Formats: sequence, structure tokens, C-alpha cells
Amino acid sequence: MPNYIDEFRNSQAAQKMGNILSNYKGPLVSIMEVCGTHTMSIFKYGIRELLPPEIKLISGPGCPVCVTPSFYINAAIELSNKKDVIIATFGDLMRVPGGKSSLLKQKSEGKDIRVVYSPLDSLEIARENPNKKVVFLSIGFETTTPIEALSVLKAKEEGITNFSLLCANKTMPEALKVLTVDKDVSLDGYLYPGHVSAIIGIALYEEMASVYGIPGIVTGFEPLDILYAIITLVSNINSKKIVVENQYSRIVAKEGNQIALSKMYEVFEPCDAVWRGIGNIPLSGQKMRNKYSEFDAWELFKDLPLQEKEAVGCLCGEILKGKRTPKECKLFSGICTPENPVGACMVSSEGTCAAYYKWGT
Amino acid sequence: MTDNKITLAYGSGGKLTHDLINNIFLKHFSNDVLLQGNDAAEFELPVGRIAFTTDSFVVSPIFFKGGDIGKLAVCGTVNDLAASGAKPLYLSCGFILEEGLPIEELERIAASMGETATKCGVKIVTGDTKVVQKGAADKIFINTAGIGIITEGIQISGSKAVPGDKVIITGNIGEHGCSILVEREKLNLVSKIESDCAPLNKVVEDVLEVTKEVHVLRDPTRGGLATTLNEIAAQSNVGIKLFEDKIPISDEVRGICELLGLDPLYMANEGKMIIICPEIAVAAIMKALKSNQLSKNSAVIGEVFEAPAKRVMIKTVTGGSRIVDMLVGDQLPRIC
Amino acid sequence: MCLGLPGKVIKIEAKTCLAEILGVSKEISIELLKDVSVGDYILIHAGCALQKLDEEEALKTIELYKELKAIANA
Repeated sequence: MPNYIDEFRNSQAAQKMGNILSNYKGPLVSIMEVCGTHTMSIFKYGIRELLPPEIKLISGPGCPVCVTPSFYINAAIELSNKKDVIIATFGDLMRVPGGKSSLLKQKSEGKDIRVVYSPLDSLEIARENPNKKVVFLSIGFETTTPIEALSVLKAKEEGITNFSLLCANKTMPEALKVLTVDKDVSLDGYLYPGHVSAIIGIALYEEMASVYGIPGIVTGFEPLDILYAIITLVSNINSKKIVVENQYSRIVAKEGNQIALSKMYEVFEPCDAVWRGIGNIPLSGQKMRNKYSEFDAWELFKDLPLQEKEAVGCLCGEILKGKRTPKECKLFSGICTPENPVGACMVSSEGTCAAYYKWGT
Repeated sequence: MTDNKITLAYGSGGKLTHDLINNIFLKHFSNDVLLQGNDAAEFELPVGRIAFTTDSFVVSPIFFKGGDIGKLAVCGTVNDLAASGAKPLYLSCGFILEEGLPIEELERIAASMGETATKCGVKIVTGDTKVVQKGAADKIFINTAGIGIITEGIQISGSKAVPGDKVIITGNIGEHGCSILVEREKLNLVSKIESDCAPLNKVVEDVLEVTKEVHVLRDPTRGGLATTLNEIAAQSNVGIKLFEDKIPISDEVRGICELLGLDPLYMANEGKMIIICPEIAVAAIMKALKSNQLSKNSAVIGEVFEAPAKRVMIKTVTGGSRIVDMLVGDQLPRIC
Repeated sequence: MCLGLPGKVIKIEAKTCLAEILGVSKEISIELLKDVSVGDYILIHAGCALQKLDEEEALKTIELYKELKAIANA
């Protein structure tokens, strides 16, 4: 009986694909993956080791945790200081440093901060604690945002009044376009995020191909998916096939998930957003619509810390685009370390700067 | 005793303390040395090198599928002695009890410890009990110390791994860590997962009977296989390479880790031993391991190299390798 | 933010299902999908089913990866 997981981790097929890549002797190509989970998977399966120098694989700004700015963590910490507030969060955010502390450190000092597996679990915490205000730290791209929207819709339906989201949700399209139009960035193709695509469909990528001339592959997360996608993309780039191929067709439908999208648009609307280490990207974020303001923690709790200036000298933006390397950043390894990261590239353990700091590669 | 909960009076040294000792600890740990009833236990040791270890146990929840904090304490100390190539003989145990702990739970734990000790062939010979006020401890903390005699001709140490050695694990990884996480965090997962908490002194005895050519023994508890191998790599100043497809792992552990974004290499084991030995000893050791129920899923999972020194790598299904670093803090479920 | 895995639906309630992944079962919300049935495979992310897995496509992809005919000449 297939479980549709192990079949895509088949060792023989993976090694055959790895050999094809290792033996590539064609022109230099630069491809970018824009999903934090792709970065993790590529690391987990040692895929970089299989790539020849002629295939440059850049990790783009696709990790919603890493691009969460300092002030957001500071706001969450300030909320956790209130005696009647319970903070519910994905585990990913616990170690991200704010200005002076992190959620993990705050938890060790006795603040009520709980790791949940799903936003829906935080709604359950609200039901069980009617005398407390439960704030869920709402982050993520289009894969996760519909679930956060669902939790708000359910809260409204059930008349739950002690539940809110502190939003820092982001979207892919504007960020992708910023990367693509940058003349200094030489990008030949994209590995598109399979699970974001499961929600938004593939029309955006077809626009990237037809308007900007960049081909791409909608890619899953298992090692065979990633290896096959790289091989196909390199081949398409070299034969000038400016197309989008859906390599994750077992999950991704052309039109995406309309139910999920409609719930997301019902609760959220586009806004400008700050990406840690990069700065503001217009209309790249999502905020709660006015009609749901009773669930918007930014509205319910006034005087939360807002955007501070980005640290001068942080080269994350350039590094994420593959324009510069960590060594060229003046902050690297001085002010900016894994324990005290300034930008997104150092926050994630698989980020370009964090990896460079640890392993020198 | 007529109370059903531990009160501060039970730690005061008076009648209640004595009742506790007699009705619970002496009842379940009963042996000739313990029954001497003096401030210190008196016994003779066989001639040889002595191994001596101590550990404290603070696990929550205190009862879990596959064991409890008491069984964990006895096994943990027995296994540390076994990992030195020693035959475990005597244990001490100190209890710190939180005011309000149900006495029935304490009795269950003591019974479990007595049963485990008997199974291992060790005697709990001395102990202590203190009671602290509510909130000053989490139900029950246990400290155990243990003494054993190291088998003649054995020189086992974390610093003795050499290039060319093979790395063996005595069974499926990650079971204790996963089962505790599921119960403690109330993750509402339906699974057959159970802690692998078990005493390994007999397993080690069987191995040392067929060969003295064992360089390193260690049980990969907190921090899992990855952390323990990193410790050994640093101590021995060698590199260790693992082969992902050789590591024994149950579907349950895989399922829990995949769902939550955790790495089984970092999940604790309480009934498994790492054995590092020269290649020539592998066949005999594997034969001995396979004939024991507790180590029937043993496998050769890696090799020791000269370089990269103090580093652990793993060759994945793709043929590409990644670095396996030491764990910093606990793993947390993730979505990214 | 895309950690997601296919699980098999083994039981259905009104708004949730019990999904099994590698011997572990969890209750998953199916409010972002319609027409989920027992025996379906669903993509699970953060406690929610985001899509149904198309088994026919999956088998085609498995075959493609095994054969590698399409890229053998690339």
C-alpha cells in the first residue's frame, strides 16, 4: 500500500538523479527556491552536495519565520507580560530573537506562552480559558493564512470574545516580482513553493514566465521532487523553454484551493509589510479586515511596539537575492551572530548566513 | 498510614517518615543490605575497578506508556554502569516529594523500582526522603547513584573510538522522546508509541562475553543519537558518518516526527545502547545482540573516520550528506 | 511554512476527519475542502487538510521518477 511519502524518497531513483546532476557540464544557471521548507528539505537530504558548480541554487526569502521583523517579537513579548494574556504560537517563533529577549526566554521566566501545532488549537485554549485573552501569533504565507482565517471565522460563529490574532502574514507574489525585476539579480528560473501553490494555483507563475521571461517548476518537498525539478528546470532554461511546469500535480491543481482562498480573502486584505533584513515590500503582507477588528490584536491592544529602523549595514536583502555573500556584510559575525541575529539570513538555522557562520560554506 | 496524600510531616523524620519508609520503600525494595537499617549501607565489593555514577530524574508526566519515573531512574543508572562495562551491583535513591503527591502514586513508583531492580539483579541499599511544599517540586524528583564492578580486561571510554571502527545501535531510535512528547504536550495523536525504557546490563554482559573488543558504549538519552555521537566524536577526536537507510526506526516515530517537523536523531532513547567497536568484532557482537529481545533490532549504522574530526555526518537517501550538529535546547514542533 | 504531509482518511465527522500518517492518527479539520471521503489521501498542514491528493497523478509521478526516460537524454 503506497503512503505517497516513501515512494518519493526512493534511494535508487534519488541516486540516479543525483548522478545526472553531478555530471552536468552545461552553461552556468542560477535558480532560486523561495520556500523555507524547500531550504530545509535541500539541507536535510544533502542536495547541495550533489550539485555541480555550474548549477547555482539560491535560497530566497521564503521562510515566514525568518522574515518576521524584530518589532513583532517585541510586541508578542510585551503581550505576554500582561497577566490576563495567553500567547499561543507555532514552535518556529520561540527562538527568534527580538530586541532583548525571545519567547522561549520569556516562557522560562514564567510567562504563559504555549506552543501549538495548529491555529485551531489556540482557539481551543480560548474556549478553555474564558477569563484570559488568547493571542495567536499569526504568521505564514498562503499555505497557513487560510487556516488562521478559518480560526477567526469559527471564533465569530461561536461567539468567542477572548481570541485574537497578532498578524504578520505575508504573500508570495509581490516578493517574487521584486526579486525578478531587480536587474542585478541574475536568475534563470524558480523552484516554486508546492504548498503555497496548492492554495493559490499557478496563474502567478505563468505571469512570471510570460511577462518576465522566467521559467519555473512547481515543486514538491520530497527529495525526488526537488531533484527532478532541478534537472527539468536546468534543461528548460538551456533549451529556452520559458514555461511553468507543475511537477507537484498530485497536490497542486491549476486553480488552487478556492474554498481556502475565499476564507482567506474574507478575513484578510493586502497591506504593506516589513521583511526582516530587507525592509518594506508594498502590498506583500496581509492584515485583518475592519469587519473582524474584534479579533485583531493590533487593534485590541494599543501601544504595541511598531516598526523600528532596520539595522544599518544589514545585507540580508542582497544575500537573499544571491547578489552578495555573508562575508561581504560588515555586521556578519560581529554584531550579527546566530545568538543575536539581525536579519533573516541569520535567524534560521538553515539561512545563508547562519550556515556560513557554522560551517563556512 | 491513613492519609492519602504526602504532607510536609512525612519529611520531618518522625513517625510518619518511618511509616513511609517501612510501608513503601522497605516493602518494595526489600533486601538484606537495606534491612540493616543504619545511616549508611555496609557491604563488601568484589576486587576490581569500580564504576560509580549518579543521575537525577524529573520527567513529566511521571507515569507514561512503557514506564514511570521510578523505572526510568533504575534503568538509567543501571545503563550508565553497563556503559562503562561494569556489572551493576548497588543503587542508592533519594526522593524529593512535593506536598500533595498521592501516596498511592508513590507506592506505584516504588513497586516499579523494586520490580525493575530485581529484574536487573541490583539491590537498592540506601536512600533518603524529603518533602517540599507545594510548588517547590513537580510531584516527585528522584536521584539515583549506582556502583558496579568493571569486568576484567575491559577498557571502555568515549575517547576510544578510532578510524575504521563501526557504529552499532541496539534497536529502534526515538521511542522514549516521542512517547513523552505526545503525552506531555497533549498532542491528541492516536499512536501505539511507547517509551523504550529498559535495563541493558544483560545485553552488555552478553556482548562482553563474546568479545572484549569494544571501544565505546553509551546510551543516547537526552538529545538523542545525534547529540551522544557528537559527544563521542569530540572526546575521541574523530569523525563519525551515519547511513540514513541503516538506522532502525519505527513507523510510529517516523509518523510523529514527520507530522511535527522533528528529527528522530534528536529524540531521547532510554533502552538503547550505542556500541563502537573494530570491524573484526562486529559479527560476533551482532549475533549476541540479535539473540536478546531488547536488542533484536540492532543494526550497524555508521563508521568512524579520521576527518572531519569532531563532526558527525549522515549520508542520506540521495547519496548526499549533511552535518548532524549537537542539539541546542529542546526540539519544538514547527510548520516551516 | 509549508511542512505538509499526505495522510489517509480513516474516519469522517462533520467538520473533521481522523487521518493516518505512517501509523499515527490525528484529528484534522476538513473545513477547507469539500467532498472528503474515507480512503481519500489529504495534504495535512498545521492541523488542516489543504488539498486532496490525486492518486492517479501520484502514481504517474512515481512512475516518471522511477523510469527517468524523459530526462535521460537531457
